[in-house]
Amino acid sequence: MSNEETVAVRLRVNGTNYGLRLDPRTTLLNLLREKLDLPGTKKGCDHGQCGACTIIIDGRRINSCLALAVIYDGSEITTVEGLSKGDELHPLQTAFVRHEGFQCGYCTSGQLCSAVAMLNEVDQGTASHVTADVRKEGNVVLTDDEIRERMSGNICRCGAYPGIIAAIREVTQQRGV
Amino acid sequence: MNPFAYTRATNQQAAIQAIAQQNAKFIAGGTNLLDLMKEHVEQPSRLIDINRLELTQIVERNGGLRLGALVKNSDTANHRLVRERYPLVTQAILAGASAQLRNAATNGGNLMQRTRCYYFYDTAMPCNKREPDSGCGALEGFSRIHAIFGTSSRCIATHPSDMCVALAALDATVQVEGPQGPRSIPFAEFHRLPGDTPQIDTNLRRDELITAIDLPATANVFADHSYYLKVRDRASYAFALVSVAAALDIRNGVIQEARVAMGGVAHKPWRATKAEVTLKGQRADESSFRGAAEAEMQSAVGTEHNRFKIELGRRAIVRALTIAANSGRTA
Repeated sequence: MSNEETVAVRLRVNGTNYGLRLDPRTTLLNLLREKLDLPGTKKGCDHGQCGACTIIIDGRRINSCLALAVIYDGSEITTVEGLSKGDELHPLQTAFVRHEGFQCGYCTSGQLCSAVAMLNEVDQGTASHVTADVRKEGNVVLTDDEIRERMSGNICRCGAYPGIIAAIREVTQQRGV
Repeated sequence: MNPFAYTRATNQQAAIQAIAQQNAKFIAGGTNLLDLMKEHVEQPSRLIDINRLELTQIVERNGGLRLGALVKNSDTANHRLVRERYPLVTQAILAGASAQLRNAATNGGNLMQRTRCYYFYDTAMPCNKREPDSGCGALEGFSRIHAIFGTSSRCIATHPSDMCVALAALDATVQVEGPQGPRSIPFAEFHRLPGDTPQIDTNLRRDELITAIDLPATANVFADHSYYLKVRDRASYAFALVSVAAALDIRNGVIQEARVAMGGVAHKPWRATKAEVTLKGQRADESSFRGAAEAEMQSAVGTEHNRFKIELGRRAIVRALTIAANSGRTA
């Protein structure tokens, strides 16, 4: 592909700045895995149905398989590689290990990024499909039903859901949500 | 996906000029378009990225709300004034997709999403919507998710949106901008029934851009008595088999006005006008709700695998109206 057909894209990923020229077809998922050497983000269905590719972009979780990199020029991305501080795991990562929130591990990076962003959404008081009265604003009580609904965009084929819920519940209790 | 040229539009006029180019398409969140491009169902030669346009606000206007076309679905659902005055819209949006998808998908894009009919997606199958006059795989095929109202011999696909069902019930207006300037499209006239041209989903012209969706002040009266009920194959993150947006204006136990729309049953969000007419002036009780459901579902026609939707639709209407009358309380 010639230079005319590529597009300049700047991204900040896990604190590192990148200046790139990309084929406009490049999804963020393929970019991370194949060009930036960040294979932690997984390709599951590649159609926005499984959540394995979930990343956090400008503070919000999205499916990186359905995101063209060119559209997100100038954005800041956090992937699973960016959650820990060196060897110090993110509290959710520790809780996933403790509660066996995974079996094969393929969906785990997506589950982790999704859960981190989900807790921010809860802090912002967002409603969900199981919220009893959306007209009532204020603190979200993060029941197991709320966790299940808010995490429903992340599928686990091993069925490690009880461990995932337990891990998220533990972290929310530590945080006092 | 096929190669395409990429243009980033920096203002509305540039976007509208760019869309005039052959086989060009607008892209916003891209959650549906990119999916379809990966399947080679959509093959645009140019994508015009409209994400930098200033259509990202929700503002009060004439006592109602104007939802910018590029506001993300999640931000619309959680906007303070939407939650307070149009809880039906919040509920409908939150019933759809996943948090990740709602964070990327926009209001305008929600209106423009295409059917999830499996025969439309499968390029090995005939589909009059994907390839005019090629036939329909669903008519004699597996039709569990297909339409029971307003179908044609050429297409029985359904519109997949939840948000649009609420917008139809509340009589929203779609604001668009084209080469000849702006125009307004009443929500009921935005999406089409398939007829002989199922390849055309909406009455938006090819060179027009959706700029906003207006929620009218008159729909405020339903805020106390509205509910979006969605019935699907799993508890979350699935398209509707049948959904019902119900909104009632009740005074002294009598229904002054009713709005009912259904999802998962037609090529467009289905405004249940027969149910609405039946409800007006009646007491807000179960026998009125049953009468309304009966009146609406009488004209439904099922196929081998989706006949269950007729009884399901009846029950869903009664249940949605019951919960709406009960101020949204499910118990």
